[in-house]
Order: sequence, then C-alpha cells, then structure tokens
Amino acid sequence: MSIIATQNLTKTYGGRVTALADLTVAVEPGVIGLVGANGAGKSTFIKIMLGLIAPTGGSVRVFDLDPTVETDQVRARVGYMPENDSLPPDVSASEFVTHLGRISGLPRTAARERASEALRHVGLYEERYRQIGGYSTGMKQRVKLAQALVHDPDLLLLDEPTNGMDPAGRDSMLALVQRIGTEFGISVVVCSHLLGEVEQICDSLIAIEGGRLLRADRISAMTTASDVLAVEVSEGTEELASALKELGLDVTVEGRLLLVPMDSEVTYDRILQAVADLDLPLHRLDQRRHRVAELFAQRETADV
Amino acid sequence: MSELATTDASVIHDIGYQRYTGRRLGRGAVFGAIYVHGIRAAFGLGRSAKAKIFPWLVAGIVLLVAVIVAAVRSQAGIVLLNYTTFADTMSWLVIFFVAIIAPELVSRDMRSGVLPLYFSRPLRAADYIGAKFAALASAVWLLLGVPQLVMFVGAAFTTKTGMKGVWHELGDLLPGWAYSLLWAVVFASISLLIASATGKRAFAAAGIVAAFLMTTPVVAVLLNLPSSTAQHLAGLASPMSLIGGIGSWLIYGANADLNVDRFGPVYGIEAFTLIAGCLLLLLARYRKVASL
Repeated sequence: MSIIATQNLTKTYGGRVTALADLTVAVEPGVIGLVGANGAGKSTFIKIMLGLIAPTGGSVRVFDLDPTVETDQVRARVGYMPENDSLPPDVSASEFVTHLGRISGLPRTAARERASEALRHVGLYEERYRQIGGYSTGMKQRVKLAQALVHDPDLLLLDEPTNGMDPAGRDSMLALVQRIGTEFGISVVVCSHLLGEVEQICDSLIAIEGGRLLRADRISAMTTASDVLAVEVSEGTEELASALKELGLDVTVEGRLLLVPMDSEVTYDRILQAVADLDLPLHRLDQRRHRVAELFAQRETADV
Repeated sequence: MSELATTDASVIHDIGYQRYTGRRLGRGAVFGAIYVHGIRAAFGLGRSAKAKIFPWLVAGIVLLVAVIVAAVRSQAGIVLLNYTTFADTMSWLVIFFVAIIAPELVSRDMRSGVLPLYFSRPLRAADYIGAKFAALASAVWLLLGVPQLVMFVGAAFTTKTGMKGVWHELGDLLPGWAYSLLWAVVFASISLLIASATGKRAFAAAGIVAAFLMTTPVVAVLLNLPSSTAQHLAGLASPMSLIGGIGSWLIYGANADLNVDRFGPVYGIEAFTLIAGCLLLLLARYRKVASL
C-alpha cells in the first residue's frame, strides 16, 4: 500500500514560477529520500502533503486522504520538521515539546510523558530542562525532530534534518532517522540536497529537479548487481592486482584502490587468501555500493 | 554532541519506542491549551524571573491603588474612584501592559519561527488567533477585575447597611467588571493586530503605545471645537475615550468628563466594528502566515 500517491501534481506560484510540474509518484512505507537541488520543489511538495498550500493541478493523497480537504486527519498522522530555525530560545526543550504535544491534541499528562520520551529517543536527557537558547545546532535539530515525534505520527516529513550540523552530528542524525524508520515503525521522508547523505539510510529514493520527477525507485532496484569490493593494501598494489587477475577476477585499479566486482560470497575469501599468500599489509577491504549518483549521472548523459 | 553519541545510545535502544494508543483530543482542547499557555505567558508563569518582573509590577501597582481606594473609603468614607473610573484611571498602565504582553504572545512566535510547527498540526489560523485574543483579553480583564474585586470586598465588609449594602455594592461591581471586559476586548484586539505585523517585540510595543498615544490629542482638539455635536463625538477618535463614551452611555456614574449625549449607540457601533475589524484583519494575516 502506498502511503503517499501523487498524480500529475503541479504547483505554480502566481502562474509564473513553477515549483512542481506533473509529479507522479507512489511511495511505499519505509525511509524515503527526497533529493533535489535547492529550489527543486522539495519543500513545496512537503507543504502540499501537509495541506499548508493547495496544489494548482493534479492530486495528492497521503494515507489515502486528501490533505487539502481532510487536513486535520492527515496532520494528526504526520510529523513535520521544518528546515529553518523554529524554536523559541527562552523555554526548555521539555516544556516546548510538551506544549506542541498538546497542540497536537494529546491530553496534558500524555503530552508530558510523550515529550520526555521523544526527547530521550532523540538523545536529549538532562539537558532537556535547560533553555533551548543555549543549545548547540545539533541539539536544536534533535528538539525539532522530537517535536515531530511527540504525537506518535505514522509518517515523518523531515526537511533537511542535517542542516548546519557537523559531520559527526550528521552521521548520528542520519542513524537516528534510520532507526525511526526501521525500529519505530514510522515511515520517514527525508529531504536533502545531498544525495550521498540520504542514500545510506533510505529504502527508496525520489529525485526531483526543477519540479520534475527525475527518478523514483527503491534503492535496491537502483543498485542491483552493482556491488563491488574495494581493496586497499599499503604496498604491493600491482602484485595483488596481477594475482587477483590470475584468479580470474575482473580487477580495476582506481588510484590506490582495487575494485573487484562481488559475484558471490567467496570473492571475499579469495581476495583475503591472495593478500595472505603475498603477505601484504591489508589496509581495508569493504563492500561498496555503486553510488546512486553514478546512476543518475549515467542516466543524464544517456538523456543527452 | 559527543556526549549524545556515546554511552547513552545503548540505553535508548533498550527502552524501545512505544506507540501512543491513548485519547487524542479535538480542536477545542487545542484551543484551550493555547489559551492557558497564553495566560501563563502573559504573567510570565513558567518563564524566567525576568519575564515576570513587568507584568507583576503592573499588577502590583494596580492592586495597590485598589487597596488604597478601598482603605480610604472604609476609613474616611471618601470614594476616590468608583469601579469604572478606577478602570479609566488605570488606562495608561493597561496600555503599557498590552504593549508588552501582546508582542509576547504573537511577535515572539513569529520571531522564533514556531508558527510552521503550530500550523502543521490540526489547528487553524482562527483557533490560534481566537485563543491568543481570548488569553490577552482575559489577562487584561484579570488585571482590572481582581483589584475591582478587592475594592468590592473592602466596601462589602465595611458597609453600614448590612446585606442591603452588599447587594447595592454588587450592583456597582458587575457593571464595573463588564466595563473592564470592554477595555480588555478593545485593547486586546488592537494590540494583537499591531503586534502581529512584526516579529520584533520592541517595534511592536512601540507601535502599540504609539497607536494609543497619537489618538489622544485628536480627542482633545475635537473637544475644543465650538460645535456641541463635535464635542459629543470627539471620543470616537481614540480607543480610550471610545470606551469611556460607551461607559458614560450605558453605566450610571461612569466617565463624567465625556458627555456623549444621544450618540451613545454610535460609540457602541464603532467599538463593535473596531473589534470585529481587528480580528478579521488578524485572521487574514494569519491565513497567509499559516500557508508559508
């Protein structure tokens, strides 16, 4: 069953600026990446799904409900984390999330319980009693995520959740998003302009450009049979390459790395055996998905 | 960040996520939540000590005046201020109160960008405006109504005519409360509209004070015109004299300075139009804000 389905969804502002054009997608539950450059129409899509703005043409259904008509039912099941700074500095995270829980219709005690639970799930403990103004960017992003979770939605819409975070913060935020999608059983739409960031955690991917759909598919479908093993040894790269070729493996050299297509599980063992036989210092051996970006690049060149 | 990512992460894992299966309340309860939140914010409850200073200073002064009035009346038998003239006399304090509190209620939300969080929930612009308006009006009414109650208690305990005196006093208090409510509603609607125009609290406060301040001289000028009709209608020019005019039209013994003659209904219509107009403009403003 699709959680989000659009049919020729179009949104133009003032009849001149086109934010979305003819977007038709059907989204399955899971972690969904919505990628596109800035201004590609990601935020517009999210606002239409929330019933904040009405589409100019076409239709959209979220949980088989029309957000422009059945706004309240849709919003009760959806949590939204906006891109911009949206927290008051002079209240504590605990109070703020509790208040928003009540705005979502939770009774007072339930709102308080769920607020502290949501804050705990995003990794805020004692600091939740401090005023938000003193928080780091990463903590603020976590509070924004907690307020989207507080009313136990079935779908989260996260607009650039890693905005302004440092690399370590990004990784833990992405891990958190992935956990919400897998362990909590809540579907998540993650908006990002960084494809490399979302592809690690998503089940499926929607790429839009200039308001048009570039591609929508499951990640697994995009990357089938394209797994490679990357081998790096501190010395003797060429010896290893020739040794592997003798074993009948199709080795390509990429700088200091050797890329070996992974046909079966035994490929691992054969590489390890070859390294051991040559007594080379192995630096790394890891499985590497074909970057989804490469798929897009291929597609684009094909289009041209 | 580092402390978040380390040891505690395993703890989260163990607790697990619980789905919420309890009751979800409707828009009425949401309205109530914003309303209560607004009243608490108006008096700085649940906020830092700094946020409490101003509202409680104003409330303290108003209450002190009421205590003095009640004491003078009981001891010396002199009525310095009755219930309605008390509200009139406190008008400047009320203006400062709304000038600080209205931006606290609406500009603050605009500045910090929380509105998208509100409006992505089952909540309409009308609910938000309605609850904020009700909260501010209630706060202003409490600011005047509680001291009026103090004056009433003072008078009721020292009355020399027993129960009859208490009943008589109550007959004065209730119109006084109604008059305070009128103050509250007019001031709340105007100040919220001005405050909703900007996210900067200082600008909003200045704008609100200016709106009330600038209109007062107009009334003074009109009152000096030779035409008696112009004098009777002069009060329409300023929100404060507008309320005073309605008071002198409907309540015996209120605002003797302003004689509205037969034009009382004009004051009533203007007040109604003013309140309704402000609220409709607010609604139009927030309909637009809500969709951003």
